[in-house]
Amino acid sequence: MKFYVCIKQVPDVNAPIQIKGEELIQDTNRMILNAYDASAVEEALVLTEEHGGEVEVVLIGPDKAKETIRKALAMGAQKATHIKTNGDENYDSATYAAILASFFEDKEYDVISCGKQSQDTDAGLTGSMLAELLNLPYATNAVGLDIEDQQLVVKRQGDTGQEMIALPAPCLVTCSNDMNEPRIPSLKGIMQSKRKPMDDVEIDSLEVEQSQLSAKTTVTGYSEKPEREAGKKFEGEPDEIAAEVAQLLDTEANVI
Amino acid sequence: MSTILTHIAISDGKIKRSSLEVLSRCTQLANENGHESEAVIIDANASQHVDNVKKYGVSKIYVIEDPIFKNHINTPLLKALTNVMEQADPYIFAFASTESTKDVLGALAANQDAAVLSDVSEFDLIDGGIAATRPVMAAKILSKNEAKDDKILVSVRSGSYDLAENEGDAEVVTIDFSFDESELKATLREVIGASGDKIDLSEAETIVAAGRGAKDDEGQQLIQELAETLGAAIGASRALTEAGIMDPSLQIGQTGKVVSPQLYIAVGISGAIQHVAGMANSKVIVAINKDPDAPIFDIADYGIVGDLYKVLPPFIEELKKIKS
Repeated sequence: MKFYVCIKQVPDVNAPIQIKGEELIQDTNRMILNAYDASAVEEALVLTEEHGGEVEVVLIGPDKAKETIRKALAMGAQKATHIKTNGDENYDSATYAAILASFFEDKEYDVISCGKQSQDTDAGLTGSMLAELLNLPYATNAVGLDIEDQQLVVKRQGDTGQEMIALPAPCLVTCSNDMNEPRIPSLKGIMQSKRKPMDDVEIDSLEVEQSQLSAKTTVTGYSEKPEREAGKKFEGEPDEIAAEVAQLLDTEANVI
Repeated sequence: MSTILTHIAISDGKIKRSSLEVLSRCTQLANENGHESEAVIIDANASQHVDNVKKYGVSKIYVIEDPIFKNHINTPLLKALTNVMEQADPYIFAFASTESTKDVLGALAANQDAAVLSDVSEFDLIDGGIAATRPVMAAKILSKNEAKDDKILVSVRSGSYDLAENEGDAEVVTIDFSFDESELKATLREVIGASGDKIDLSEAETIVAAGRGAKDDEGQQLIQELAETLGAAIGASRALTEAGIMDPSLQIGQTGKVVSPQLYIAVGISGAIQHVAGMANSKVIVAINKDPDAPIFDIADYGIVGDLYKVLPPFIEELKKIKS
């Protein structure tokens, strides 16, 4: 099967963050492959290694995002497309979906996959938007994938249980990071990644309608989340402190 | 005058409290701004829930009833949502941020060419649209957002608003719906581990959550006993769901469920940011951990430093006494 995995470069949420004015500042400016997308790449590699096929990654982003494409190639993807931006555009989920939809218009594929959300904004919209724009059957929040008789079998974490869904190709799936541990590129993988084909595509060449490129949502500022204060810490004899806290939950916090 | 429409989510035959929270907020906004608050129920037994929804000050309730909605399947749900948007022509269409909502919200926005903000913790009407707050960067930061359009979709985190009943004499409008199952490209083969009568984690008042520290049989038994004593739902950190010890639907955190109970007891959980992102809005947090430097203590109202195997038995004992 031919897999296209849509990937995104995002700030590392584990790195220290500050807010100055209402701007978000990351001292390290450390950018990484979105963890959910990394799981989508890993799963596509595992499935094509077992059943045959090819994995191509697609990324929308500025020049700096090339390092993230290299990472996916070093993991084992065969090809990449870099849809180039200046990096200062106001794009929201819908804009990304519109650009990707234009890109996929003349492409042949069995499966388009991506992370279920990006780990910086957690919006989780682009995947199902893209499926709708391309009129593809889809499933979101996959925690397991398999291929049976040219169908993609998705185990999806739903509200009450895990839904087993069979999707005929071509289809789209968004991946949780619970399905696998993305491989760490080997030295050989890193060396090979430098010789793998990477196409550069200008957004203008994709003929996305101007109205679709102007986002209907904007981020107007950031603020610190009001910190929870640490409360009382109890150390000592387990019997005594356990009973004391149980009592306080009843009399002080009033939650029993 | 415009319409603010709220989707009423049904899970296991019950209305999700989180969608009534959203409805309470929407009725308040409608009353303050001279708009109409309306609701839509889409379910195999949708009409059963009409009386309950009437208590929230709505002027109209749309009902779409069809056996296909017994389980969540995105194609028919999307079709039903599209139908109701065409009929009700809402300015704002609000949802509780459930897994079912997350599955279709983007697709519905693309289909209707509507602006959309997902997973907000607050929202308000502004000139030409809505302003909303969203937790981002693993819920460490709040981002302020605006959506401006003549149709706006918004999904709201559970626990963001209090329930508020309101007088109202709702007109009930049944929307004809049919879905030819043979049109379905995707097939739902089965639903595994459906929770049945277990307490729904995202709606629970009290949650006992187990982490790596409680992974053996004895730890699991103590967790079970503590939960039973308190009538609590059981949750887990990613360490336990990944190890296959706990069901994946019980995972709390950035990737799992976001919860906001009155009481959250974290047992043997260190408090990684991805976990905290899912539970930091709990009203009272109790942490039990043997590592005095565990980050969970930074956000706990009551921190018990100690071995959970020694702490839990007397803790359960004392709670039983209080309960009786």
